[in-house]
Amino acid sequence: MQDKIIQKARELLSGGDVKVVIGYGRGTGDRVHAVFVQKPEDAGALVMDARCLQNLAVYLPKQEVKALGKPAIVARPPVMRAIRQLMYEEQFREGDIVVIGVSDDGQVLDFPDLKSMIEYIDKLPLTLSPEEAAAVAKLDAMTREERWKFWMEETSACIKCYACRASCPMCYCPRCTVECNQPQWISVPAHEMGNLEWHIMRAMHLAGRCVNCGDCYRNCPLKIPLNLLTQRIIADIGDNFGQESEYVLAAFKPEDKEDFIR
Amino acid sequence: MAEFEPKIIAFVCNWCTYTGADLTGTSRIKYAANVRIIRLPCTGRIDFMLLMKAFAKGADGIIVSGCHPNDCHYTSGNFHARRRWMVFRSLLNFMGIDVRRIIFSWVSAAEGAKWAEVVNTAVKEIRALGPYDEYKNLSPIRASWRSEHAG
Repeated sequence: MQDKIIQKARELLSGGDVKVVIGYGRGTGDRVHAVFVQKPEDAGALVMDARCLQNLAVYLPKQEVKALGKPAIVARPPVMRAIRQLMYEEQFREGDIVVIGVSDDGQVLDFPDLKSMIEYIDKLPLTLSPEEAAAVAKLDAMTREERWKFWMEETSACIKCYACRASCPMCYCPRCTVECNQPQWISVPAHEMGNLEWHIMRAMHLAGRCVNCGDCYRNCPLKIPLNLLTQRIIADIGDNFGQESEYVLAAFKPEDKEDFIR
Repeated sequence: MAEFEPKIIAFVCNWCTYTGADLTGTSRIKYAANVRIIRLPCTGRIDFMLLMKAFAKGADGIIVSGCHPNDCHYTSGNFHARRRWMVFRSLLNFMGIDVRRIIFSWVSAAEGAKWAEVVNTAVKEIRALGPYDEYKNLSPIRASWRSEHAG
């Protein structure tokens, strides 16, 4: 699998159309990190194994990466979902990116264009794994007071480093709501109120967009299980609106059913 | 000791519920004075952050109201809002926020009597729930809330 990716990257870079291949490379210790390969002879640095979990789509909208020229990206299904969503949000058009797909069973996929990637990923609906669904159900089973206490304890650790935001491919706004102070939407300090508001806002702004890659949780230095929030929303969207490939909160059906509006 | 009077913020749309509330007044229907109405162009404009702000500023309850489905002045604002509320309400509940304190309703411009009923019911329910101390005791509200309500 790794050799195939290296070979593909070499071909793309030699072809001249693709200027940079975004993939995984050896990091310090036993870790892998993102690498930006710009020369065909450097393609050997690319790595692909079980440690390569980071959602590399986070780099695609960045000015620094765009300045390098047309990218090719090593993409597992969550990355493909992120690219599909970014395309839906008009961040990219057909032909802007080349995708070196890696399926869940380790096959290297060849996508001639982004349309074929979207067709592939549309066939894999976004659902929670049994473990994730169980974790969400465990919280659902608590009383409201217990849930409040749980989240107060979990979010009290938050230092508002915004690593969750920095690692998220969907958090690409040049100016985030937390940076707006006219009006000041979110309390700035990392106190109870500020943390609660931040985590609610983050989850809501990702509603219908989150691809559940888990990078927010993996990158949280305090291991706050904040992906539970977006997982709850993914479950809700699946239950209420069905599987849709586009941004579900930008769409509606007149027959949407709810039971709380008087 | 005087009965607890809840503070309720109502976010309403300009075209239906605000006009409906106007009708309540011109029809001389009396209703609880606990509600502070904030008029917005459309329910689609009611950002969830406005609701968070209301709680952060010490509201005990919130009413969100707009045009009935299919009656939106802008055709689809309330449909979008409905989806957003479905997701938002479930998220708040998941985080342990008391969603009984957020009352959603559809009140048309002709339903002056319904508006009075919505407000009166909301006041009754939220009075029974008591002040939203859980939220008010979060820092940084804590200090001001205590100094105001101590003893």
